[in-house]
Amino acid sequence: MGKKINFLGKTNKNSLMGLINFGIIIVFFAIITILKGAGGLTNALEGQLIPICAYIIMALSLNLVVGISGELSLGHAGFMSVGAFTGVIVAGAMKYNGVNANLPRLIVAIVVGAILAAIAGILIGIPVLRLRGDYLAIVTLAFGEIIKNVLNCLYVGVDAAGLHFSVTDEAHMDMAAGGTTLVRGPMGAVGISKASSFTAGIVLILLVLFVIQNLVNSRTGRAIMAIRDNRIAAEASGINVTKYKMIAFVTSAAIAGAAGALYALNYSTIVPKKFDFNTSILVLVFVVLGGIGNMTGSIIAAAVLTILPELFRQFQDYRMLVYAIVLILVMIATNSEKIRALWKRFTGLFSSKKGGSVNE
Amino acid sequence: MKKKLLSVVLAGLMAMSLAACGAQGNAGSEGSASSASELPTAPTEDGSLKGTLKVGLIGPLTGAAALYGNAVDNGAKIAVEEINAEDSAFQIDYKAQDDEHDAEKSVNAYNQLKDWGVQVIVGTVTTTPCIAVSAEANSDRIFMLTPSASAADVTANKDQTYQLCFSDPNQGSASAQYISENGLATKVAIIYKNDDAYSTGIYQTFKTKAAELGLEVVSETTFMDGSDNDFTVQLTDAKDKGADLVFLPMYYTPASLILSQADAMGYAPTFFGVDGMDGILGIEGFDTSLAEDVILLTPFAADATDDLTVNFVTKFEAAYGETPIQFAADGYDCPKAIHAALKYYAANNGGLDVDKLSASDLCQILISVLSDPAFSVDGVTGEKMQWSSNGEVNKAPKGMVIKNGVYVGL
Amino acid sequence: MLNYLISGISLGSVYAIIALGYTMVYGIAKMLNFAHGDIIMVGGYAAFCASSYLGWPVPLCVLFSMMVCTILGIVIEKLAYKPLRNATSLAVLITAIGVSYFLQNIALLIWTSNPKAFPNMADFVPPIKLGDITIPSVTVITVAASVIIMIALTLFTGMTKMGKAMRAVSEDKGAAQLMGINVNATISTTFAIGSGLAAIAGVLLCSAYPTLMPTTGSMPGIKAFTAAVLGGIGSIPGAMLGGILLGVLEKFAQAYISTQLSDAIVFAALIVVLLVKPTGLLGKKITEKV
Repeated sequence: MGKKINFLGKTNKNSLMGLINFGIIIVFFAIITILKGAGGLTNALEGQLIPICAYIIMALSLNLVVGISGELSLGHAGFMSVGAFTGVIVAGAMKYNGVNANLPRLIVAIVVGAILAAIAGILIGIPVLRLRGDYLAIVTLAFGEIIKNVLNCLYVGVDAAGLHFSVTDEAHMDMAAGGTTLVRGPMGAVGISKASSFTAGIVLILLVLFVIQNLVNSRTGRAIMAIRDNRIAAEASGINVTKYKMIAFVTSAAIAGAAGALYALNYSTIVPKKFDFNTSILVLVFVVLGGIGNMTGSIIAAAVLTILPELFRQFQDYRMLVYAIVLILVMIATNSEKIRALWKRFTGLFSSKKGGSVNE
Repeated sequence: MKKKLLSVVLAGLMAMSLAACGAQGNAGSEGSASSASELPTAPTEDGSLKGTLKVGLIGPLTGAAALYGNAVDNGAKIAVEEINAEDSAFQIDYKAQDDEHDAEKSVNAYNQLKDWGVQVIVGTVTTTPCIAVSAEANSDRIFMLTPSASAADVTANKDQTYQLCFSDPNQGSASAQYISENGLATKVAIIYKNDDAYSTGIYQTFKTKAAELGLEVVSETTFMDGSDNDFTVQLTDAKDKGADLVFLPMYYTPASLILSQADAMGYAPTFFGVDGMDGILGIEGFDTSLAEDVILLTPFAADATDDLTVNFVTKFEAAYGETPIQFAADGYDCPKAIHAALKYYAANNGGLDVDKLSASDLCQILISVLSDPAFSVDGVTGEKMQWSSNGEVNKAPKGMVIKNGVYVGL
Repeated sequence: MLNYLISGISLGSVYAIIALGYTMVYGIAKMLNFAHGDIIMVGGYAAFCASSYLGWPVPLCVLFSMMVCTILGIVIEKLAYKPLRNATSLAVLITAIGVSYFLQNIALLIWTSNPKAFPNMADFVPPIKLGDITIPSVTVITVAASVIIMIALTLFTGMTKMGKAMRAVSEDKGAAQLMGINVNATISTTFAIGSGLAAIAGVLLCSAYPTLMPTTGSMPGIKAFTAAVLGGIGSIPGAMLGGILLGVLEKFAQAYISTQLSDAIVFAALIVVLLVKPTGLLGKKITEKV
């Protein structure tokens, strides 16, 4: 115990929060595992575990761009989509070549998915990061749509000679007999052999948290945040703005790609349309609701908001309406000055500090 | 042809081996000495069908595809009411779950239904979610009968998923065949929806078949979500290349825009639609003269005069104040087909008490009945519907032409 | 070639008229109102109901639709956006998305998911015939309406007292307040005007492309937003220019390159424009202060 207190004593607030994040994920994992063992887990919740992991990772990834780097991205699902389709192709090709074990397929899929998403991040980052504010946002939106549009025309197959690509149709892939089509344009990837598992998802979240928190608490991270807080001042202090923004953006893209691979390998089919503007917005909702720059908030918001619409199924026809109302109310409750003041007064009543905000 | 045959044989073999596996698993757990081919039974004293069957529907009840999900849901509700009124000993407990036309949400909806104790699934309504859900249901051994998910991938390698609608490949080649046999055109233009599995699926088989039959496809253009309101370019291309028939493998909402824009351009080729086109006459406020002479292959016509259709359409109009589209008809036929299959089994096996059967038992029973060549169902979307063991339905598409705002059989 | 240009302008003028509403609200309230497309949808339904169920004449339908949307805009602003006046712009953005979900789902409950065929409300003007090319009446009306609205908005923000107040609020809320401008009332008025414009856009959108569904507004809304950015968001003539350009570009891309990739081409063009002119075609250059 003594050791632990010492350890905490030395660290700053940031890394304490970091430990809390790890704690939350591990506790979440433990609870689910115990529930599963006791048979108390509903099918509905069990089926959502992997998407929850993927969305948590997406939220963390986007929070790195929006919260830490201070840029609004409206096309983050595009990176997820790159990772997802790459992952499916890689996993499918491995399966074709006789690798049947799930774990190696998943790991390679996630790694390759992350790499390709990172490359997409570099290609997109070069033009995008020259822009500011809402213009940057719209360009990320545009890239998200372009990625979706291009994937809609992409056909990929695998045979003994290796991978075949075409942008017209299946026949143009010139596959030898016995080959398998992996991606079929608008019909997406069909017949994916599932490889994701909840444990893998949790491990991936922990890994992503580790990467992000180390980045944020490093010299690089401080430079990124300095640029966010005041670009001109940071520039004047000799910080290479483009380089640091790029680091944040590409890291985020790679993480989103990993999330995409995890997500895609949990379903037997995915389509390019899944990763559209609405999915980007969904992830943005997690980030904003959880608190911009607040990783713990992102984790909780992603998990809660993924489960919420499922819990609302009892409202039947009014389900999405209720969800919309809850979304608006929560945004107002967490952001409105009046309600914040009210909350302060409320908590002030119970706080031991004299005076407090009760006095007006 | 060879390829098709091979795939059918393979699918059959696979279905057999899977069924064998399932049965063996059961035998082991029950500890009885039943052989692999023996089916679960639950005879009743009077040899009738009884108990309460939990049927779940999955489909888009909200979002951009809500139109199709709600139509199926409405149709299915009428069928369930009729079945429940028919015999108080056998009841259907029915529940519909929304999937927003999204694979992830659809799997969620499926798991919700599983928690509820669903025994048979009607769905899912749309193709992509159906591929995702049927894979899950296949490993859980829950029987699925989809009213409208038409892609070949829906049933591929899944012995417990059956389709009530034509499969896309069938529709595509049937359309080409029909056009060629009836000499409707020499030059064909195709407009299809490039980000939609249904539309692209029909397009691909149509094109292959058209090439076989010597139909000349002069123009192929696409559209997608977000650019689905202006079709000038697509229509101009077809017109400039002299197409005398435009094939529209799509749902009726964009088709209605294409018809009105072609009319405004003064371009009047023959328009040829598929089953998704049905419903175009039911759009509130639509000028039906625009659809004059449009030909479509559809299994259902709301103004048909046979007793089944009249009964269904009357009830539907009374309940929802609108004319049912083909999706509603498919939705109506699904619970009916399941009911008929169970009755058929009960009659041949000394009754059936569904309360005593698990979902996987029912799955086995329904597979055996639907793939039985002696079994057929009369529905509003086809007479004497039969299924092949790969899950595809066998019924004849009816060629319809729109004259004076109503369908006329060809 | 010429008929592609005309269909591009038809489509573009619809984008333009939606983009005008976007840009107006963005320029003054500095918020991306993602619910704008859905207010357009409500406007379409309001006009449809007035015309098909009540049998009202066209001008009355349009007025009714404008009234419904204006009231709706004011109510939304009061309930959802006003409490967030001092919150981050992202919080408001998410709230706007919540409002968008809300409107779509309430429309689904009221009008069901079955599409309605919208009557052409612009056919009181005959279509213009140029040789063998016809410009449909709805295009004539949409172009005329967007030009009139553009001029009216420019005059309004430039000449009237309220317009000046709006510009002041857009420049600096705090300073405007100190000068005695009622910031809240100004922003509410902006929303009212933006929503009224959405009603007109709804009627014209649905007259041009006559299917009306609860999701009718969302994609044109995003395209129009893109158009507004292309033209320089916040700039009224920019919205007009951006809208027309986007429409023409989309049609030309479809006609001469690929119908499959037209969206990708349009968005790529947007990116190129923004790289050359980072604040859009007619956007103001923002000078940065330390």
